[in-house]
Amino acid sequence: MLDAIKFYQTGSNTVGNRLLNPSMRAVQASSDRPNTLISGHRACQGCGEALGARYAIDAAMRATGGQLMIANATGCLEVFSTPYPQSAWRLPWIHSLFGNSAAVGSGLAVAARVRAKKAGNTNVPRVIAQGGDGGTTDIGFGPLSGMFERNDDVLYICYDNQAYMNTGVQRSSATPPAARTATTQLVGEEPGNDWGKGKNVPLIAMAHGIPYVATASVADLKDLEYKVEKAMSFHGARYIQILVPCPLGWGSASGSTVTVARLACETGFYPIFEAEYGKITSVRKIRQQQPVVNFLKLQRRYAHLTGKKADPKVLARVQAMCDDNIRSFDLLGDEIPETMPVAVQAHERSHEI
Amino acid sequence: MMNKSFAATLEPATSLANKTGSWRTLRPVNVFKLPPCNKQCPAGENIQQWLYYAAEGDYEHAWRILTEENPFPACMGRVCYHTCEGKCNRGFLDESVGINSVERFLGDYALEHKLSFRKPVRETGKKILIVGSGPAGLSAAYHLRRYGHSVHIVEMAGKPGGMMRYGIPTYRLPRNILDAEIARLTDMGITIECNHPVQDIVAEKKNGKYDAVILGLGASISTNVDIPSGDTTHILHALNVLEEISSDSEVQIGRKVAVYGGGNTAVDVARSLRRLGAEPIIVYRRNRDKMPANPEEMDDAIKEGIQVKWLSTIAGAEKDSLKIEKMKLNDQGWPEPTGEFEELAADSVVLAIGQNVDLSVCQKVEGLQTEKDAVVVDHENMMTTVPGIFAAGDMVKGDRTVTAAIGMGKHAARGVNAYLKGSVYKRPAKHEDARFEDMHPWYYTDAPKTVRPQLELARRTNTFDEVQHGLTEENAIFEARRCLSCGNCMECDNCYGVCPDNAVVKLGPGKGYEFNYDYCKGCGVCAQECPCGHIKMVPEKI
Repeated sequence: MLDAIKFYQTGSNTVGNRLLNPSMRAVQASSDRPNTLISGHRACQGCGEALGARYAIDAAMRATGGQLMIANATGCLEVFSTPYPQSAWRLPWIHSLFGNSAAVGSGLAVAARVRAKKAGNTNVPRVIAQGGDGGTTDIGFGPLSGMFERNDDVLYICYDNQAYMNTGVQRSSATPPAARTATTQLVGEEPGNDWGKGKNVPLIAMAHGIPYVATASVADLKDLEYKVEKAMSFHGARYIQILVPCPLGWGSASGSTVTVARLACETGFYPIFEAEYGKITSVRKIRQQQPVVNFLKLQRRYAHLTGKKADPKVLARVQAMCDDNIRSFDLLGDEIPETMPVAVQAHERSHEI
Repeated sequence: MMNKSFAATLEPATSLANKTGSWRTLRPVNVFKLPPCNKQCPAGENIQQWLYYAAEGDYEHAWRILTEENPFPACMGRVCYHTCEGKCNRGFLDESVGINSVERFLGDYALEHKLSFRKPVRETGKKILIVGSGPAGLSAAYHLRRYGHSVHIVEMAGKPGGMMRYGIPTYRLPRNILDAEIARLTDMGITIECNHPVQDIVAEKKNGKYDAVILGLGASISTNVDIPSGDTTHILHALNVLEEISSDSEVQIGRKVAVYGGGNTAVDVARSLRRLGAEPIIVYRRNRDKMPANPEEMDDAIKEGIQVKWLSTIAGAEKDSLKIEKMKLNDQGWPEPTGEFEELAADSVVLAIGQNVDLSVCQKVEGLQTEKDAVVVDHENMMTTVPGIFAAGDMVKGDRTVTAAIGMGKHAARGVNAYLKGSVYKRPAKHEDARFEDMHPWYYTDAPKTVRPQLELARRTNTFDEVQHGLTEENAIFEARRCLSCGNCMECDNCYGVCPDNAVVKLGPGKGYEFNYDYCKGCGVCAQECPCGHIKMVPEKI
């Protein structure tokens, strides 16, 4: 993981710092950063996905020396970055269907290899396939699993904003329990999204035994950049899932995007870790633990958990889910978990949570 | 472009044609706020800014910023009671920044590297007389000289420095440091004439053709109190004792000495006597909580073995003993006599219950209004009721500390400068306060304060060596880097990094950032993630 920086004004927590050796600053701190996703895109104010995409692709550009191309699934990212006739991208970029960006990425990787071989060129461009959580965990899941099992030389990045935001905030299999979406309204015994549904795609990716799997968030830029660069140092199938808050879908203030993501990590709501060949190799520890209510109360999708009419049992259950994450990923201790963590959904289904 | 088949190829970065700034309802702007340390500093030092350069290791630049307000960093790094540290926002996080130790480091660095003040680039030809070479007079002289005026100081004592020389014990301020910092002022062309008591201010001004006068006479008379005593009792005044000690470290005051009072002077006297081998005991009428002396100095005094008789007054004195009356505090916290008496063995008493201003010279000036123990001034520009005569330091109402005197001297100089131009000095409006609530403590890491090594306690009781040592360069830079840079940019690149629209432009080292309002959508992430509260979202005019 990151080297500890012995530096006492802002530590290693800010993007850069005039007092830091340039090699210790984030890619994003550089005045000549690639800006692969440039201004003028039509993402909402405070879009976490626009931020996460620039963070990740800029880091990949540095790691590959600019030899990079992207297959992008349909979704917010594709829509806001390339409304005809404009594009906000500054690198080779191809739009795929909603569900097949992993397959298109596999094809691009093979084509790049063949083309380089024919030209006698040893410098083979690298490929990133990317999409939102809907295009990854639901619609594109078959092609994704296929890319993993074939160990195709593609890094797949899932920008996880926990619902289908582009089409109007419908539930996906990455939507957390109790969250309100357009399709999980506040009705019935358990308002919001059901408990015991959904899946943990990072753990599923690890079960494929692929070289590298990681989760990250827009709240820890240096961790994110480190993971993208690490992923580009491997060949074969790799998967990074980045938590990108959506102010529109989550009902959070546009200025709170990074803060909400930080609280998701600091409460244990969203465990940040990395794994190589199916085994967890590092966990981002919680620095200042907070109760999950601090995360929930910033978002209107959880307003029913914190208001006057809120059912305290539901809040306790969300807290139990976070505590379960903290335990199974050892988010507070000094160790890394020895055994493969069990997806939190299992504990929901067995009514342990 | 439109000739191309639909959705086949889009040129890179063509989105730049879409000026998303039109979406904005809130606009981020950089605000410069007043850090609590700067606000608190009686000398008005721009502490945050000099720490900024000290943190970079650019000590000379840091020293130059510091001395724009205060010409005595090496002295102040030793004797200032650093109330700035009490207000430091870092105190909410772990411990306040050791501002005073870094100031001392910079002051010592400048002496070691023989840094000098720049001479004024032009001479105005105006002449100013300063009466008294204490911190207020010297500070005023420095600032006036920087404006290009010629400054002459007259001092009644044998050497310049006022209370810094004759009131502060040498274990707190070694005299070679004071001499070096005063020499830097005379190098600028300021002239100091010692052994020159002033009897008639108006005549002095007229004969010397001075355009203005600043009075910095100080409070040099010890307050007296009537203690019924026999003729043989040894009753002394604190200022005389301190003056004697500072010129002769072998002076004999007594063996068991009662120091009467609870202020900084009492503590200075007691600690000085301890170093002469005496056994001082402080007699104070209230308790520790109500004691006006600086708590750190008092802690040190107690560590050095100085005893205190709390809630006590001296009712009478005999040859070898004192009659002490016990006191109790009433509801308002004031002492009331209890009628209980006890004996305290002591062969002499030092009165340290306050100092008064010698107003006799001032009262000779026609129209110069005085009040109880002070000269009346307009605190905005330090001018007395007589045009052209200004006053600063202990003879003006306010805190009687070296730092406050330096601040008053500065404002008197500004007042004089404006007066000479025929205008009236008005202090500029202050920036909005930089509050801890406006900052983002997440980004700061915990770091303990570097504590200055102190002379071993055992050595302190018999030498006048300096008690506080300075910081090493490594520690000083560590300490400077602990500054949170409240309300002012420290170039951490956060705003530049977190903008989802690449609408923050990084201008390069030392230049900060600017907003590209063509694309800024006004989301406010930069303002929320700025560690030091330097960005504010203001409503867009629509």
